[in-house]
Amino acid sequence: MSTPEAAPSTSGSAPRCPALVRLSLAGFRNHARLELRLEPRSVVLIGPNGVGKTNLLEAISLLAPGRGLRRAGLGELLGPAATAWAIGATLQGLAGVREVATALEATGRGDRRVATLDGGVRRGPVSLAGVLPLLWLTPAMDRLFVEGAGNRRRFLDRLVYGLDPAHAERLQAYDRALRERLTLLRAGRRDPAWLTALEARLAADGVAIAAARVATVERLGAALAAEDGPFPAADLALVGEMEAALATTPALAVEEGFATRLARNRATDAEAGTTTVGPHRSDLAVSYRARGTPARLASTGEQKALLIAILLGQARVASAAGLAPVLLLDEVAAHLDEARRRALFDRLAAHPGQVWLTGTEAALFAGTAATCQGIALAGDGWRMVDLLP
Amino acid sequence: MRSKGAGAAGPIERLVDALARLPGLGPRSARRAALALLRHRESLLDPLALAIEDTRRSVHACRRCGNLDTTDPCRICTDATRDAGLVCVVEHVADLWAIERAGAWRGHYHVLGGTLSALSQVGPEQLAVAPLLARVATGDVREVVLALNVTVDGQTTAHYLAEQLAAFPISVTRLAQGVPLGGELDHLDDGTLTAALRQRR
Repeated sequence: MSTPEAAPSTSGSAPRCPALVRLSLAGFRNHARLELRLEPRSVVLIGPNGVGKTNLLEAISLLAPGRGLRRAGLGELLGPAATAWAIGATLQGLAGVREVATALEATGRGDRRVATLDGGVRRGPVSLAGVLPLLWLTPAMDRLFVEGAGNRRRFLDRLVYGLDPAHAERLQAYDRALRERLTLLRAGRRDPAWLTALEARLAADGVAIAAARVATVERLGAALAAEDGPFPAADLALVGEMEAALATTPALAVEEGFATRLARNRATDAEAGTTTVGPHRSDLAVSYRARGTPARLASTGEQKALLIAILLGQARVASAAGLAPVLLLDEVAAHLDEARRRALFDRLAAHPGQVWLTGTEAALFAGTAATCQGIALAGDGWRMVDLLP
Repeated sequence: MRSKGAGAAGPIERLVDALARLPGLGPRSARRAALALLRHRESLLDPLALAIEDTRRSVHACRRCGNLDTTDPCRICTDATRDAGLVCVVEHVADLWAIERAGAWRGHYHVLGGTLSALSQVGPEQLAVAPLLARVATGDVREVVLALNVTVDGQTTAHYLAEQLAAFPISVTRLAQGVPLGGELDHLDDGTLTAALRQRR
């Protein structure tokens, strides 16, 4: 509790890992006004149910591109009596201090989210790419292995842009071109040149997306294979035609092939009202290395341990690449047995970036006092608390 | 807060509302601008009113290239020292001005008026695509430079135009992408660096 320095990094090259030293919220969900002042090290957030711990992590998750850890709509984030919300943070890293802010802005054509860096001009949230590397784990992700492919794909894409910040922009461009093409097809508008132009973009961005995913899964797979002890080793595989094709075919040929298929599928896609092929339909298959069984067949507790193993593996890979993420771990401690909890805290202590943990009581976090600061959140504000050694 | 200033009425209110619709201005800055105009009648209000009236009366879009000028065709299109065989396609007049400021282009222009966007319901017929093809079809054009923004819509439009122009015996080029002058490699984004390496010479 008395050492404000972050835990020393064990790796040779010092990763530049920004840590939050200030977080201000206004009109954001249940936090009408809140300003946290922090030391640049890990945080344990303690408070009763409903006090707004997850909301706080969600606010941090919005300091990056995307819709945050709940994928909420902009209006859902608005507090009960608020007409606008804003999130501000001071990041302290080796590169110095940065001020990041994001807010809801009403325009003539509806609400949008804007972001500023160091008080500069307001831009779209994509401008935040790479500023604050983040990784999160929430109770809602407990069903990641059993639910539909969409959430797993988004989970994978977040892992990718943890290593390759340009991935966010690529996905956004791809998604926009998808919607443009479908709009034309649904309107019955078969302007071949226009469709070809969009399909060429889709093919170029699609291959780049698939290639970035392949690269991430390879790096992460290598890190996970080395995992042993309380967190199980996982095997990762990409399920997607394009990702598979890249293993055997030059990227340029895959790109051409995809553009050709899109052109051939115009009628089917128009009828289905959706784009039937492409990396937006890929999936991440996770299996237990020891048993060779798919993760979805494991027990709930085992699935959670697998997810944590993936997250820790990703944190190691990203840290080695100099992009140590801030980890947001919502209610992770509660569902682990004592041995795994201790093992998790040990791993987190070795992580060079800031870690945010939440829980309902301090007793769950025994053993974190050396590396974390305790924050007790209550309805009327917050205070520093001592953690157990 | 309402857009109308308390106490403002009639013409002032209309002025504030009109100013607030300008790009970059909101209700607050529009009120400040309106008050400044009224406070400095001779130095601000009168010259602005004259300039707006003059512009309204005399400036038109060039029927050939879409540039804004007091003559139609515009002075660029009628400049005999410029090479009419070279046509630079831009999204907006602002882009034309940017290229003119650089002073490096001695050919003609073609202002598209935007980019293709199915989501915003902008198709080829909303843009000056047919006039461009008509210009090229006359046989006077040797090269078309697609100087569109490097955005998703800009590049889709460039690709579309390249397809449309492929039928003509002319060369179709695009602006190079790469390291800006005075740019430090360390601060460049990955995409720009990759493009610069790919287009090295």
